[in-house]
Amino acid sequence: MAKALTLDRREFLKTGAAGGAALVIGFYLPVDGTAQEQQQEKPTPNPFNAWVHITPDDKVTLILAKSEMGQGVMTSLPMILADELEVDWKKVRIEQAPTNPKIYEHGTGGSSSVPESWLPLRRAGAAAREMLIDAAAQQWTVNRDTCRAEKGAVIHGVRKKILRYGELVDAASKLPVPNFNTVPLKNADSFTIVGHDQHRVDTPSKTNGTAIFGIDARPAGLLYAVIARSPVFGGRVAKLDAAKAKAVPGVREVLEIPGTAGQSPFVEAGVAVVADSSWAAMEGRRALEVTWEEGPHANESSEWLRKQFVELASKPGKVYRNDGDADAALTSASKKIEAVYELPFQAHACMEPMNCTVHIREKDAEAWVPTQGPEWALDIIAGVSKLPKEAVTVHTTLMGGGFGRRYQGDFITEAAQVAKGIGKPVMVLWTREDDLQHCFYRPASYHRLWGALDAGGKLAAWKHFQSSTSIGAVWEKDGKEKPEKGEFGTAAFIPYQAGAFRLEYALGECGVPRAWWRSVEHSSSGFVVESFIDELAAAAGADPVEFRLHLMGDARKIANFESPTGDPLDTSRLKGVLQLATSKAAWGKPLPKGTGRGVAAYFSFNSYTSAVAEVVVKNGEVRVQRIVYAADVGRPVNPAGVRAQLESAAVYALTAILKGAITIDRGRVEQSNFHDYEMLRINEAPQVEVHIVDSKEKPTGIGEPGVPVIAPAVCNAIFAATGKRLRRLPIRSEDLA
Amino acid sequence: MAISFTLNGKSQTVNVSPEMPLLWVLRDTLNLTGTKFGCGMALCGACTVHINGEATRSCVTPVSQVAGKRVTTIEGLSKDNSHPVQRAWIEEDVPQCGYCQSGQIMSAVALLAKKPRPTDADIDDAMSGNICRCGTYQRIRKAIHRAATMSKDATKQATKSAA
Repeated sequence: MAKALTLDRREFLKTGAAGGAALVIGFYLPVDGTAQEQQQEKPTPNPFNAWVHITPDDKVTLILAKSEMGQGVMTSLPMILADELEVDWKKVRIEQAPTNPKIYEHGTGGSSSVPESWLPLRRAGAAAREMLIDAAAQQWTVNRDTCRAEKGAVIHGVRKKILRYGELVDAASKLPVPNFNTVPLKNADSFTIVGHDQHRVDTPSKTNGTAIFGIDARPAGLLYAVIARSPVFGGRVAKLDAAKAKAVPGVREVLEIPGTAGQSPFVEAGVAVVADSSWAAMEGRRALEVTWEEGPHANESSEWLRKQFVELASKPGKVYRNDGDADAALTSASKKIEAVYELPFQAHACMEPMNCTVHIREKDAEAWVPTQGPEWALDIIAGVSKLPKEAVTVHTTLMGGGFGRRYQGDFITEAAQVAKGIGKPVMVLWTREDDLQHCFYRPASYHRLWGALDAGGKLAAWKHFQSSTSIGAVWEKDGKEKPEKGEFGTAAFIPYQAGAFRLEYALGECGVPRAWWRSVEHSSSGFVVESFIDELAAAAGADPVEFRLHLMGDARKIANFESPTGDPLDTSRLKGVLQLATSKAAWGKPLPKGTGRGVAAYFSFNSYTSAVAEVVVKNGEVRVQRIVYAADVGRPVNPAGVRAQLESAAVYALTAILKGAITIDRGRVEQSNFHDYEMLRINEAPQVEVHIVDSKEKPTGIGEPGVPVIAPAVCNAIFAATGKRLRRLPIRSEDLA
Repeated sequence: MAISFTLNGKSQTVNVSPEMPLLWVLRDTLNLTGTKFGCGMALCGACTVHINGEATRSCVTPVSQVAGKRVTTIEGLSKDNSHPVQRAWIEEDVPQCGYCQSGQIMSAVALLAKKPRPTDADIDDAMSGNICRCGTYQRIRKAIHRAATMSKDATKQATKSAA
């Protein structure tokens, strides 16, 4: 059985293993974590096998080994290959890589695809190019230095001789593969594809219904299943009467799914109804008669959890970081403020509900999985089917959103278990209710902040107590002892100079499953840090932008306290995005009464983002009119894609603060569909503008960094408009009244 | 029970339970997977098709209700992405994950058939039933305006021949 995808691995992905010059493509990360200790270099694959297929008539196919979930990697990653390889971008085809952990690193998440792939793909493209040049030079018996590659051909002299790649590829692919560490790369400043806006390659198929998502897999003989899962987290089937379900036309089988009893991959116990159509399976499930044994979490509720948080916050927590003496500074401070911030559980709510299709045959298995973790999918299916990994084929499909939810193994494990019981291809399909009620939620958290200003208006102390339903407590090997691991993000190394800094933690226990939601811990930390600094600015009587710039101090690099392999926080780059966003947003220009501007700037996933929000507050309602973003992602690979990701993050983050929360009662999620877990719609969507810093630094990711700055920018704007501080999310009308 | 209707311009007969929602008939019985399942309660719009030219949520439409009617799905808009709304969508690079986009496009086509030059308020009214979790709303709006400026006749013609 697959082991837990530990936080070590996730952290490894987030911080970008690709920084090292010695990296070869597709090094292997064992699924059970401890990646840094167990990393082995894979043998360098021939780029003509792994990354580039060229036919004799010059059809070029580039291979994508990351999951496309809307974030644009199907375009941005092949752009890198194409530019080094020297082919015509307008003519390439893209193909998803077969799941093969010996060659590829498929796991997609942590805003890591571009930074992790940047050097490996450049090296692969360059190696293929050099092999093609070598093949041409050999054919012409000339010195290779007299040859160059250009738009799919090798040219000798002043266009005296040309050989197309299609004419060369057979010979080229048999030549020795150059050393990836020394293969010459193009000068990045001379890229003609990378760094320039490109249309997405998958747009046409997504406008005519031909794009195949996981839920669209249709192997011959496909059956469909839906699972009735314990409504209370951690419950079990006490009694099952499947007679009526089996009598529903189209229903073939009813099977019990044992669940994984509070262990990774955290499959809930349930009952699967298998039928010859999705509808029949759903009807069959409606006819099931199940009594549940509710288990140990049946009395949990959001109210109960909040009481726990409040109780924990009334006393000191475990000290996580302590510089200087914050308590003493607070006691003697001339001016000090205190605030409490609260954030609820949130669900991913991908538009395509969870699904997974598996066919387990006698000697092999095949699966169609919308997954961010193809290697884990492969391990799971091999484990359940008891087949060797080489006998398992995992097709990674497009997915209708991921946001971290599709990095889980639960929906894959269930499907493999049903498939094993059935012996036919079966899709386990989740309804929206299943999806919202059996998610791995963004943790709920409760934060107490204390800040002290000295006579000179500088920060004498910053103290932060956090309690949360931590992810580490569930997923980390040492989660029980160190539940605070991974919960703070940049709150553990704020860019603002303080005379004393103290960070404390206490775990909020509960049975609610939780894991990585777009921007993970930064979704909470961004809100807390950028709200509290704004409150301090107000206490100091200072402009929020000037105050931040002043406290960031001189240009310096702050070590990433949360990740030893993460980049340091470069305050000059953070100042850069803050200044760019505020200048483009005309910060300081007067606004009509009831309208306000708020700002936030934050470092996450090695990228820098800042947002200015403009809001109107009227009759207890807030309307976000405009968001102006600035982003520093180093050298942008596809600037058009960067803009799209930030437009996306704004809406995603706004939904979480304006619309709804996931709440628990009697050990179960209260929400069930989009009527009680509402989404932002077109009539409430703000105008989003994006400005990208022109940088030559190494590329960093953008899938998630747009999220952490939105909640604080909006709440700071509400303060500017109304004088009211909103510290509890989601925003309620009564908070604005 | 045999139920007959016109699907993307061609006669279609299916033998299914009359209560089966049209969405599942399309996706499972007929393997037309362009129309998507998002919520099953007409809250998200991913399942939007046209029935006699009207935008309809197929997840709550029993197939018996389309007997004798004209059904158009995303697959029926054009053979080659040439419908003006599709062209506008491609020019503006609207989709991200793309899962909601069949429904978005079908709602947009129905809007433009009624209001060839929609205002932003018209767009709000017609499109608020379609959720996009990836947040492509401002591009959807821009693409609808763009499609509206393309030949009015082209949109009407394309929509008519698809129905």
